[in-house]
Amino acid sequence: MDYINIFIKSIFVDNMIFAFFLGMCSYLAVSKTVKTSAGLGIAVTFVLLITVPINYLLNKFFLAPGALAWISPSLAEVDLSFLSLIMFIAVIAAIVQMVEMVVEKFSPALYNSLGIFLPLIAVNCAVMSGSLFMQERGYANIGEATVFALGSGIGWFLAIVAIAAIREKLRYSHIPPALRGVGITFIITGLMGLAFMSFMGFKL
Amino acid sequence: MKNFDLIKLPFSKNNPILVQVLGVCSCLAVTAQLKPAVVMAISVIVVVALANVIISLLRNTIPPRIRIIVQLVVVSTLVVLVDQVLKAYVYDVSKQLSVFVGLIITNCIVMGRLEAFAMVQKPLPSLLDGIGNGLGYSVILIVLGFVRELFGSGTLWGYPVMEKLGLYEIGYENNGLMIMPPMALILVGLIIWWHRSKNKDLCEQ
Repeated sequence: MDYINIFIKSIFVDNMIFAFFLGMCSYLAVSKTVKTSAGLGIAVTFVLLITVPINYLLNKFFLAPGALAWISPSLAEVDLSFLSLIMFIAVIAAIVQMVEMVVEKFSPALYNSLGIFLPLIAVNCAVMSGSLFMQERGYANIGEATVFALGSGIGWFLAIVAIAAIREKLRYSHIPPALRGVGITFIITGLMGLAFMSFMGFKL
Repeated sequence: MKNFDLIKLPFSKNNPILVQVLGVCSCLAVTAQLKPAVVMAISVIVVVALANVIISLLRNTIPPRIRIIVQLVVVSTLVVLVDQVLKAYVYDVSKQLSVFVGLIITNCIVMGRLEAFAMVQKPLPSLLDGIGNGLGYSVILIVLGFVRELFGSGTLWGYPVMEKLGLYEIGYENNGLMIMPPMALILVGLIIWWHRSKNKDLCEQ
């Protein structure tokens, strides 16, 4: 698989929200205005872009079956893959904490606009699943994993900005009271998911 | 009586999926068939209940600044245990659930209950609250799994219901849309619609 193919595929075909429903909680909670949702989308893309390559290295050199062979041949049979969940989430929580501190120090304006969302990214399913899909699909090198992370992040960004734009317009339409808010958002996301299915089997 | 409410409320007035809108990710992706939905539901009940008890026991010793990391470590340890048990006893379902078992760690229900309930309550109410919310989540999961498998592939738990009823001979067709992922979202939207029409006070303005 070449880079462009992985990139396009992870944005459209395997879109985190429309194909796998990952990161739905923040997607539903923060998509009320385009501005804040764009901020969250950028933050998620950024965290994905850092955590997936780190977890890729961690998986390749420590966790995968036989990965410890580079330390000494006697460790070649050790399989630590059962630890990967804990390691991945620890890396993600640590990176999110670090990103928060760095952004706060060097760019207070960005920090203020993202402020409350940054710590929440640690428990965003989209970030965790970026690492888990990376492990499951077995990308050949760190470049492919990074491109995959970037593509997934952009796909998530597109999805949340699109739904926020639709919800801003929805405020002026007549919706049955019981369907207002969450209900109609679910149904619209479903319809958008159907539209995104037309990308299936798409290859470059 | 108060303890009973902890189990009862998540079923209707305070349902994790329909009202709190938490834990939606996994609820949609694993419900194309009934069996993975049930396995997932049981796993989530176990993790939420145990994590609630453990965090509730530790609540006075956790420094507030690092509580998220402590919670994540406790939850991910439990999820690793669940994952290993599933791999040992129901390997095919575990393959089908793929990353979604791991994603119980970042399931918002678990984190939400830990933050909102277990950090401030005693272990016993926390246990009941965990079980209650797990069950409230399971109900939606099982309803979705039931509807999507029955109408999407014409089977229930792998048993060919529609074929045995002889519906194919009189021209019945499976609705392929049902097993596609977006249909889960639309079904949840419809359930929310029905649920809020019953409970007017939950409607948004």
